[in-house]
Amino acid sequence: MHNQDQKLIFECSTPGRIGYSLPEMDVPALDLNGLLPEGYLREEEPGLPEVSELDIMRHYTALSKRNHGLDSGFYPLGSCTMKYNPKINENVARYNGFAHIHPLQDESSVQGALELMYDLQQHLKEITGMDEVTLQPAAGAHGEWTGLMLIRAYHEANGDTKRTKVIVPDSAHGTNPASATVAGFETITVKSNEKGLVDLEDLRRVVGEDTAALMLTNPNTLGLFEEHILEIADIIHEAGGKVYYDGANLNAVLSKARPGDMGFDVVHLNLHKTFTGPHGGGGPGSGPVGVKSDLIPFLPKPVLVKRGEEFVLDYDRPQSIGRVKPFYGNFGINVRAYTYIRSMGPDGLKAVTENAVLNANYMMRRLAEYYDLPFDQHCKHEFVLSGRRQKKLGVRTLDIAKRLLDFGFHPPTIYFPLNVEECIMIEPTETESKETLDSFIETMIQIAKEAEENPEIVQEAPHTTVVGRLDETTAARKPILKYQKDS
Amino acid sequence: MKHRYLPMTEQDQKAMLEAIGISSVDELFGDIPEQVRFKGELNIKPAKSESSLMKELYKLSKRNADLKENISFLGAGVYDHYTPVIVDHVISRSEFYTAYTPYQPEISQGELQAIFEFQTMICELTGMDVANSSMYDGGTALAEAAMLACGHTKRKNIIVSSAVHPEYRDVLKTYAKGQNLNVIEVPLNDGITDLAQLKELTGEDTAAVIVQYPNFFGRIEPLKELEEVIHDHKAMFVVSSNPLSLGVLTPPGKFGADIVVGDAQPFGIPSGFGGPHCGYFAVTSKLMRKVPGRLVGQTTDDQGRRGFVLTLQAREQHIRRDKATSNICSNQALNALAASVAMTALGKKGVREMAAANIQKAHYAKKAFKEAGFTVVYDGHSFNEFVVKCNKPVKELNQKLLEKGIIGGYDLGRDYPELANHMLIAVTEQRTKEEIDMLVRELGDLHA
Repeated sequence: MHNQDQKLIFECSTPGRIGYSLPEMDVPALDLNGLLPEGYLREEEPGLPEVSELDIMRHYTALSKRNHGLDSGFYPLGSCTMKYNPKINENVARYNGFAHIHPLQDESSVQGALELMYDLQQHLKEITGMDEVTLQPAAGAHGEWTGLMLIRAYHEANGDTKRTKVIVPDSAHGTNPASATVAGFETITVKSNEKGLVDLEDLRRVVGEDTAALMLTNPNTLGLFEEHILEIADIIHEAGGKVYYDGANLNAVLSKARPGDMGFDVVHLNLHKTFTGPHGGGGPGSGPVGVKSDLIPFLPKPVLVKRGEEFVLDYDRPQSIGRVKPFYGNFGINVRAYTYIRSMGPDGLKAVTENAVLNANYMMRRLAEYYDLPFDQHCKHEFVLSGRRQKKLGVRTLDIAKRLLDFGFHPPTIYFPLNVEECIMIEPTETESKETLDSFIETMIQIAKEAEENPEIVQEAPHTTVVGRLDETTAARKPILKYQKDS
Repeated sequence: MKHRYLPMTEQDQKAMLEAIGISSVDELFGDIPEQVRFKGELNIKPAKSESSLMKELYKLSKRNADLKENISFLGAGVYDHYTPVIVDHVISRSEFYTAYTPYQPEISQGELQAIFEFQTMICELTGMDVANSSMYDGGTALAEAAMLACGHTKRKNIIVSSAVHPEYRDVLKTYAKGQNLNVIEVPLNDGITDLAQLKELTGEDTAAVIVQYPNFFGRIEPLKELEEVIHDHKAMFVVSSNPLSLGVLTPPGKFGADIVVGDAQPFGIPSGFGGPHCGYFAVTSKLMRKVPGRLVGQTTDDQGRRGFVLTLQAREQHIRRDKATSNICSNQALNALAASVAMTALGKKGVREMAAANIQKAHYAKKAFKEAGFTVVYDGHSFNEFVVKCNKPVKELNQKLLEKGIIGGYDLGRDYPELANHMLIAVTEQRTKEEIDMLVRELGDLHA
């Protein structure tokens, strides 16, 4: 062990210490040997730690200090929409009547929860311009797969069984093709043109009788709005396919353009992005799916409906694709998203998008002099730079990202999308002040200068973090995936 | 528009427009074609102030009967357990809950180490070699286990016990449809998987056999006998397990399970109307490179300091794209953290003591029901749930019980027609003798 290593909780353990306070045992504590079949009483104790309550708090407080959250500093991670996570959301989600209700209670005893879910669905329908919404999917990728399963069920119900292919742009997130595969489709890639948008000629070439759907993010992962969206939707619809909207970038178009008005048939939303989830260090998220009316019969069971004044979970859905998740989705995240939408209202959501887009364009213009701007036009909520100019000086985009750590910034998304060399993808969001943006811009300019004048300082970054660059090759070659006493 | 989440002032806006070289924000939206531009105002509820919104939503929350004010005997996969108070204090640290996936390890060591510890604890409880960083929930983890098994064995039939959670089986069927796989259900014999019928059904085309341990009725499946049948046919042995029960039960890894999945909800995660919870996924070392989702591994930096990174990413969707065998991208990091804190607080001794209390209190309750003249169906060794036969519809009984502040058990007739009027009762360490006696008395009165 290195003297600067942060101890693992197992290394803090001392036999005999406890950190729990279980309820009183007020029934006979019968011998377990008599209560379990022979051979089924555990012999070896699990290697869990033995620590006091303070030990636990100190341990996790120390870990938290080794972690950068959005509350710690700017987090311009492209396509992740790292906006402020309002604290009211956390309080509301912890109300006993939301946090401590059981999913299998009688419906009459959870009308408040069902009403919230129903009203959230109504709000999301209006925001996206879709006809119905399910809250069941647990995350964005789960929503993608659910949406594709709906499209598959739709085609099958029409006896249209030869539609085996899903078209995905080359700039798409990796989950798009992966979701298509898991839903039983083959993926076809459509190229981007020199403007970073879907190449219509290529789209016409790949579309056909076997097209089940096109998956599209709009604005795309380059932060550009697909100007020919109606034509794109027409091409797919004329061929008999459906158009799928990946809602990862919805923050760019709230109250400006709705997927339902652009010709999309299915949309998934990432409530942990646009609607302040929060991200939780990687989850839990929530990935509701909205559909146009012809896809409603296929929605996952149960479907939440309103009958008179009562909210009811409807299981009688013969054409449903079935369940995609136990119970009704990530309710706790949905409560947070609902609280957020109700805190913003229609004017607020419109301002969210306007400010997010203005922030992104401001940063893009100010940085364009120092980094290559592959697509020189107004962006939406995010933009991409290329580090190819710096690469010629021996400084890679990865180095730039690591150097940003020394200044207390979380770096942008890097090396994505795949169709831009040395890509740097920046999404500032609307909740950051001009002072924060300026300070990040100045730092990026400084790093660009360092790349010219003193490249080593960038190449060897970070210099101030609790660990330096880690050996990922050995990590993958000789994996150590759990604590071993003598390691 | 002024809002506490939106720091942009008029002055800021002016300066930024000037820097861009445009005169209005509208110009930035000029690329949205006229026909699709949304021109009206969204027809949603107007914004509410912080305090009035909190008041409104509090009132709405009070329209639900919660488990704090009522006494719950409802389980069926989601349980009311002791949650150490510190759990919420840890997960409320915003360095954890406002972070994204730890893509930049140098500033994410806290989250990465916490996940590494979670992986270790899951391995310890299940007796498996490798555990991932978590899955959405127990149901989707089970479905992913079946997908892994089919991919690994190149076989298409998945056999699942009818004593696996009905909603998990539903999720499995949806996933299987996507991959054109077959799901075959094994019937029960007195509340556990029928071994004789399993032998009949298992064959050369069986990719996996999935059982739940303890099963949906609280019974202890005979993993030893099951393993022999399953591995005789070179199928994969998948066990869905309540991780708390493994504090006292011999872990599935000891019985030769290939994949163990489940939900860590019993460890510090509120019932929350069914989610978010926290699936876990553990395998033997030979399946390490086929695990879905994220894995955290230990390594060092150039100065020899220990550090943690996301590893074996060649398995994942962002590298493999359409060749990926799973599309999962996120995990349930914050809930895995909650589970880690709870498992740490319980520790080696507490996890056993808590699991034992579940068995002992449930046993007491079962005995009390029998003494009161009720029939306990599928009677035998069990964990914290058992089945009581009623003489009226369970829905009706539960509505009456709620008037007394009791949330009654699960209505088994919803999933098992032969078990109409049968209630699945969960008794955790949280229930007192007095509460158990009250349930028996009230249900007895309702039967009179």
